[in-house]
Amino acid sequence: MTDQLGAQIPPVTDFIQPGTRSVPLIRRRTFAVAGVAVVVAIAAVYPLVITNPTATNFGVITLVFVAVASAWNLFSGYSGYLSLGHAIFYGTGAYFLCVAAKDWHLSADAAFWLVPLGGVAAALISIPVGLVALRVRRHTFVVITIAFFFIAQLSASNLGVTGGSGGILPPVPGNWDPATYNNPFYYLALIIAAGTVALGWQVRRSRFGLQLRAIRDDEDRAAGLGVRTMPVKLTALVVSAFITGMAGALWVYFIGEAFPQFVFDPLFDLAVVLMAFLGGLGTVAGPVLGALILEPTQLWLNLQQSNSYESEILFGVLFLAVIMFLPRGLLPTGAEYVTKWRARWRQSREDAP
Amino acid sequence: MGTQIAHAIADGILGGGVYALMAAGLTLIFGVLDIINVAQGILVVLGGYLSYVLSVHLHIDLLVGLLITVPAMFVIGVVIYWLFIRPLRGAERTSMTLLACFAVALIVEGILYREFGSQYVSLSASYTNSTVHVFGFYLSEIYLIGFGLAVVAIAALYLVLYRTTFGRAVRATMQNQAAARLIGIDVNRVAAITFGIATAVTALGGMVFGATSGGFNPNSGYDLISRLLAIIILAGMGSIGGALVTAIFMTTAEALVDIWQPNWSVAVFYLALVIVLTFRPQGLFGRRAVRAQ
Repeated sequence: MTDQLGAQIPPVTDFIQPGTRSVPLIRRRTFAVAGVAVVVAIAAVYPLVITNPTATNFGVITLVFVAVASAWNLFSGYSGYLSLGHAIFYGTGAYFLCVAAKDWHLSADAAFWLVPLGGVAAALISIPVGLVALRVRRHTFVVITIAFFFIAQLSASNLGVTGGSGGILPPVPGNWDPATYNNPFYYLALIIAAGTVALGWQVRRSRFGLQLRAIRDDEDRAAGLGVRTMPVKLTALVVSAFITGMAGALWVYFIGEAFPQFVFDPLFDLAVVLMAFLGGLGTVAGPVLGALILEPTQLWLNLQQSNSYESEILFGVLFLAVIMFLPRGLLPTGAEYVTKWRARWRQSREDAP
Repeated sequence: MGTQIAHAIADGILGGGVYALMAAGLTLIFGVLDIINVAQGILVVLGGYLSYVLSVHLHIDLLVGLLITVPAMFVIGVVIYWLFIRPLRGAERTSMTLLACFAVALIVEGILYREFGSQYVSLSASYTNSTVHVFGFYLSEIYLIGFGLAVVAIAALYLVLYRTTFGRAVRATMQNQAAARLIGIDVNRVAAITFGIATAVTALGGMVFGATSGGFNPNSGYDLISRLLAIIILAGMGSIGGALVTAIFMTTAEALVDIWQPNWSVAVFYLALVIVLTFRPQGLFGRRAVRAQ
């Protein structure tokens, strides 16, 4: 890389403090590509091999959360603006699908086309939210997102269009084969999830991603260096909201009912944040790993016991444990261990005669 | 209509006293520790349940019970601080502590569900349903008691903060933690006690909330915390006096809107928040410095 005068500029990673720099877990590019290909291939054949409806049901919801956690990370993980209000966008997408399908009298198959439109609805909602919330930083931003979340929940309970606290139902696919019922949902969720991860990866390598991370490290300095911070932050939020809205629309169509407390759920916000933290905040694979670990666990626990408070307590304890013992997440901590181990191995080889 | 409005204003002001007290605790924690204790809402509910257990199972009067619940909540606060807040260090501390508080809130909520279920309970004593005739108004006695208690507690808080050595240490820590450490203040001890005091006021808040709200369950924490957060951000974080004024103003506004639109009255908090932050991101009484990163 060279500047305008042709002088060499060191790569940006050299400026990042060693402690915060993430070391790739797998170094060789071929290995990385092969690894991703294997994961995608497994995900693609999963519902064909394991046809048990419970297993594919788990698969759909887990993929929805892979998408949401990656989308959350695309905004919050990269920019450092911790959003505890992504349920706003999730719920907006979900309600959009239900209301639009009802008002436009769409058939069950056609309702799938509402999924991207649900994303658009969420993206539109995110613009005013972002314009207000992104004016403040740190704690205040987090609290504003919580406040917006409660406004959304309150609106869903009180507005006529959402069916109020009585809820609203999405269209029901009637004559699908029960054996493969989950598959259309599964593949659409897979497309959204894979697309989101790919986008997150691209963004991380791009100038835009670098601007976001500059904002995370020091926003005033980033602005001083010429980053137009507001458009950058807002764009990230809108993209993140778009994906979250699509995921919400797909999810509600799959679940088949929408109630205010259920669609706008504070636990949803926490779950997404926990997934990203568990895997590794700001990394590409971290939120995916977090979602793959947490969501099936949660679903399985819900199957085991009917009391929601048990899983609530467990969830809280797990969250605390991650914060106390794995504050940087599984992947960065794991990468640190691998790097240390490699260095020691290399050292011992050099020491050997 | 006129009496209705006057009544709403009276209720709003009296009810606002308790919110002022709880918000003062929250903003104190923020000022000293740079933490938003999102568990404050569920701790209030926990305080309410403690009073409930004492009054229903041990037949201890609600006001007498405060002598037990306030110290108990103080200890709970200190324990939460030592176990979950103090060990968190490093660049991501801000978000980590907030999430840790949220996790604590979840655990407390889960335990309360497990012990008490989701049915609503309310606190009752001889004075919770009686009214007093003051200046032509019939005011509920418990509102007056609650307001009185809140005023006493806030006055005590003020005296501690501005008339004692410990209070001076707290204020020094709020201004500049590193400098406070340099002049020999044990910042960890100050922080732990501050967290304890801010949690202890939730015992009082919980008792009054439980007696005036017409029933609460473990889920009530969300409603409380969302109001409290709105109050301290509107006021400007770290401003105790601002929190008191804003709390009373907002509960009055809510009581007024409640006359026409009961379903939407709580939205007053959030709307005020959005409007104020659009024009004054540091809040009504906040200092600019709070906003910096």
